[in-house]
Amino acid sequence: MNSRVLSLVLSRLLIALITLVIVSFAVFFATTLLPGDTATILLGQAATPEAVEGLRKAMHLDEPSIFRFLRWIVGLMQGDLGTSYANEMPVADLIGGRFVNTLKLAGVTALFAVPIALTLGITAAMLRGSLYDRIVTVLTIGVISVPEFMIATSAVLVFAVYLKWLPALSFANEIHSLTDMLRIYAMPVVTLTFVISAQMIRMTRAAVIETLNTPYVEMALLKGASRPRMVFRHALPNALGPIVNAVALSLSYLLGGVIIVETIFNYPGIAKLMVDAVSTRDLPLIQSCAMIFCLGYLLLITTADIIAILSNPRLR
Amino acid sequence: MTMSTSSTSTTSVHKYGSRFGYRFNLVGIIGLAVILSWALVAVFAPLIIPYPVGEIADLDYFGPMSQDFWLGSDYLGRDMLSRILMGARYTVGISLAAVTIACFSGVVLGMIAAVAGGWLDTVLSRFLDALNSIPSKLFGLVVVAAVGSSIPVLILTLSVIYIPGAYRFSRALAVNINAMDFITVARIRGESTLYLIRSEILPNILGPVLADLGIRFVFIVLLLSGLSFLGLGVQPPYADWGALVRENIGGLPFGAPAVMFPSLAIASLTISVNLLIDNLPQKIRDRA
Repeated sequence: MNSRVLSLVLSRLLIALITLVIVSFAVFFATTLLPGDTATILLGQAATPEAVEGLRKAMHLDEPSIFRFLRWIVGLMQGDLGTSYANEMPVADLIGGRFVNTLKLAGVTALFAVPIALTLGITAAMLRGSLYDRIVTVLTIGVISVPEFMIATSAVLVFAVYLKWLPALSFANEIHSLTDMLRIYAMPVVTLTFVISAQMIRMTRAAVIETLNTPYVEMALLKGASRPRMVFRHALPNALGPIVNAVALSLSYLLGGVIIVETIFNYPGIAKLMVDAVSTRDLPLIQSCAMIFCLGYLLLITTADIIAILSNPRLR
Repeated sequence: MTMSTSSTSTTSVHKYGSRFGYRFNLVGIIGLAVILSWALVAVFAPLIIPYPVGEIADLDYFGPMSQDFWLGSDYLGRDMLSRILMGARYTVGISLAAVTIACFSGVVLGMIAAVAGGWLDTVLSRFLDALNSIPSKLFGLVVVAAVGSSIPVLILTLSVIYIPGAYRFSRALAVNINAMDFITVARIRGESTLYLIRSEILPNILGPVLADLGIRFVFIVLLLSGLSFLGLGVQPPYADWGALVRENIGGLPFGAPAVMFPSLAIASLTISVNLLIDNLPQKIRDRA
């Protein structure tokens, strides 16, 4: 790795850091837009002015919002996420187990979606213009143009209502056996796999087609290389960077999908926790969940960019 | 132009279309026809609905499709067809307003940044890129949690979410145009920035910008439906298509038509816009 690549990567990391600061700023101030005084809302209508004043002091609400923002950021960095308004539990305890659940869901989905999407994307690019390619393209555009909840409801209709393979909406939270686990994971994973595979297939196909159009692949064709050799020896090694970039970018679509899927299937993850927090207006919980999501998203797109930089042979 | 030609054969369509120099193919025309019919439904919904939206017309809830209730009935026994036709007003109206604001502000800012350059360009680009790295559903969730959900809030939130995309797209186009000779000539002539933007750059990026507006419209429809589905979008007693799915999700285990038809309405709209954009006449697409 030479110094030019290093400086590019470092500047990308710096941009990510600046973005994170702006994002945390946005999240904090969006949640302080709430009309009304938090202390009054917490204590209810019957509270005495003295009690409200005391709580305001205790929660540092009497300070300018910039100090509260700094206090919040410092707290976040020390692992202190604050206390939930709704049930007075530390936010970290509420999030902990649920975060692991969401990671499990995302991990299982990626395990299925990445190989499926790469196979479909690469083969569609190889057979460009064929009936197979056209079917794959139409299906991916179809999946991208419908909302995630429609894919979820369609999956329930097909697998639970008509085929009767799985229960429609599972509410079981305890896992006793392999079949229990299948019952909890099957539907959400199927839905999420559809959602992110469509993006991944499109991007992979575009990346491979772009390399297939280059002069050196044409050269391979002219010297008489077979089609598989042309694709696997000449095109794919060069398309690897863009493909990994596409995988990382598509995984960021998991975030949007996970919010819908956890709600519709009642999966005990962090996104469900956040949607519930929105309906009870539990601000510390919302802030922490939002920061976790933004951090994950930023991590994925920064990784994608850095991979794109590293895989560019002209910079090596 | 489109309704009448869609029934005739492809060749006559080409003849008809080429009179204006715009070649439309059949798929594009079908897309446009579906979009226009949804637009008409959105405008004239109160006149064509068979039952008042709030009226409990069917004695059965989650009723099947029948002579009286073409698309079945919902969880209270209200007519689904009427509710979907009225829902078109919210889905199409809110999305259209949001996409107009988003694209107008994004394109204007993008052109200004491209023409002005310098620190203004850097600051705007950096700030809007940062805004872009908040996942869109999350942004919607946080804002709704903070200020509550009403139609003006929804329109503003949706447009703020999609300004960075429109900005980035139009700035990239405008930067290319800005490097051309006729801009240099206009600058030497001493034209103002406003003139450059309005009369030299805008006409040259208009085609791709309109196509981009269509794609962004699809994103906004999907996001609005997603938010409504989570219960954070259009609030009862009114309902857009996403909210209709949410209301009737209880009918899912019995495969009630009330769950699937609002989703199908969204899909028909978004897929048609995609088809139209993909099949736009070359003349519009390749302006820049």
